[in-house]
Amino acid sequence: MLEIKDLAVKLEEEEKQILKGVDLTVEAGKVHAIMGPNGSGKSTLSYVLSGRDGYEVTSGSATLEGEDILEMEPEERAAAGLFLAFQYPVEIPGVGNMTFLRTALNAQRKARGEDEISAADFLKLVRAKAKTLKIDADMLKRPVNVGFSGGEKKRNEILQMALLEPKMCILDETDSGLDVDAMKLVSEGVNALRDEGRAFLVITHYQRLLDHIKPDVVHIMADGRIVKTGGPELALEVENNGYADILAEVA
Amino acid sequence: MALPEIKQSVTEARLAELSLPDGGAWATDARKSALSRVQTMGLPGRRDEYWKYTDPTRLTAAVAKPASLFDPQESPVFGEVDRLKVVFVDGVFDAEASDALAMENVEIERLADASAMDIHWAKDVYGVLEARGQDPVERPLAALNTAFASDGLVIRVTGKAPKPISFIYLHREEVSDAILHHVVKVEAGAELTILENGPAAARFNKCMEIEIADGGALHHVRAQGRDHERQAVTAMFARLGAESVFKSFTLTVNGVLTRNEMVVELTGDEGVAHVAGACMGDGDFHHDDTVFVTHDALNCESRQVFKKVLRNGATGVFQGKILVKEGAQKTDGYQISQSLLLDDDSQFLAKPELEIYADDVACSHGSTSGAIDEEGLFYLRSRGVPEDVATDLMVIAFIAEAIDEIEDETLAEEIVDRISNWLNRRH
Repeated sequence: MLEIKDLAVKLEEEEKQILKGVDLTVEAGKVHAIMGPNGSGKSTLSYVLSGRDGYEVTSGSATLEGEDILEMEPEERAAAGLFLAFQYPVEIPGVGNMTFLRTALNAQRKARGEDEISAADFLKLVRAKAKTLKIDADMLKRPVNVGFSGGEKKRNEILQMALLEPKMCILDETDSGLDVDAMKLVSEGVNALRDEGRAFLVITHYQRLLDHIKPDVVHIMADGRIVKTGGPELALEVENNGYADILAEVA
Repeated sequence: MALPEIKQSVTEARLAELSLPDGGAWATDARKSALSRVQTMGLPGRRDEYWKYTDPTRLTAAVAKPASLFDPQESPVFGEVDRLKVVFVDGVFDAEASDALAMENVEIERLADASAMDIHWAKDVYGVLEARGQDPVERPLAALNTAFASDGLVIRVTGKAPKPISFIYLHREEVSDAILHHVVKVEAGAELTILENGPAAARFNKCMEIEIADGGALHHVRAQGRDHERQAVTAMFARLGAESVFKSFTLTVNGVLTRNEMVVELTGDEGVAHVAGACMGDGDFHHDDTVFVTHDALNCESRQVFKKVLRNGATGVFQGKILVKEGAQKTDGYQISQSLLLDDDSQFLAKPELEIYADDVACSHGSTSGAIDEEGLFYLRSRGVPEDVATDLMVIAFIAEAIDEIEDETLAEEIVDRISNWLNRRH
């Protein structure tokens, strides 16, 4: 599904190399987790994959189902099936959440050559998906993420994911700012989307999210590289011993 | 005091092209009095403080510059609204194209007919509010209008009007130069909505004087601009009685030069005045909102909300003032002016002012100027919304606060449609 080869990235504005050759392959139907200490480059990886400005790819490649995504505009990546659940979802005053969701869904359908969804069908679809995430009508009516609590913002991210049905979902520290109940709700939303044809890349600091979203593969990232890859037990090791042991081992 | 030589010669040259229309004694007195105000003040020049950001040369020139006609290829605004249509073609009333000037609770006359009478209620409004509005800031082009207005309507509202009066200003001649003057008197407890749209003429000078008695309400929604080369100066003078409501919204889309002056005087307790505007400027476009709100009574509320979207070298100007007179306690005054600059070539010039002589008031004002929010734009794009559509969404979001000032939802939708059309024409 997602294939990253020797990806090196620096900040555009300054001579600071953030990613120093990342190799990562995520297969369809699998959940991969990336863990790592602060500043290891996890969020940068998610931003570079989704096409945010301010980064320069100095070498390597990233493909989604064989297509080079690094050359695409952010909206083209989305239409190709890539989705990033933001660590800090952006507030957009003045744009209604429903307008935003419908515009996004129809833009992706249009880009794929499909018909736009009718207003009535859209309403039905959103209501059904919102209900399972305990998103009420008021949250749908309000401007995008404005006045939402941390938990509400993350649930709104998962709602977008459920509506847009991407093939490759990247979750950037979706657990940050969530209490236990909210984490459970968000995880259930993600798990409901697990599917043979869909892959996940879950970026997190902590093992506890992975109790709810069970990964197939766990990677440890440090200083701009994947330094260790293993099964779910690797996440437990981090939880028990911290990163120090692993980093010392690979150093 | 003699006028500076340049001002004197500009004023004389302009006056030489005009002659006072005929009328009854009251109207002729009002016009002569206005003419003497013009002669005393002189027409505005670039050196006048109040015209620092807007060059009045084209507005004061003896002969108007032509403006070519522009077909926007869209159905006219307010088309879906049930309204009484009043059509002016290059500043001349067109009876055939208009609806009959009759409506329940409303008396409507042409200015020429009202002027011809020896006694008319309009005597207490025509030129009177304009003259009051000359202090503390001179508005010579409004006085010029009072003196020489060739057409317009005189409207008295005695109860709740069943539907809006809709002024439609058509522009057909490339060299037209129009001066219109309307008078509106809203009696106690009466209500009316006025709509205005159209480029009107190559050069357009329009004045509207509005007297709202206690408990009366006037809503005003205007869509102006469109013909790129048209030049306009408009002035509204509103005097509000106790517990009355005045709400005005203006959308300006293109037009090489527009100066909209708004003078509001709250003279009775618990009056409410909201003045809002959105402007969309592209290229050779200069748009100026100049607003002066005077609080002269207790417990009044005023809001000024102006949003400007500018690109390709367009200029936006806002001069807004709240004057709270001595004794106007519990005044609630709010003023915001913001611009969204879509490129580095466009500019926004703002002069927000508060002048307060009462000690128990709440007044706030703010003015900002900025580019589109890149974070928001990326967020929308990351969900598959193409960059141009995402930008449009952000633009409409930016002006939402001004649109929210329109109470009637159907009218608000008409305005949003206009803005969407403007955005669509550009890509």
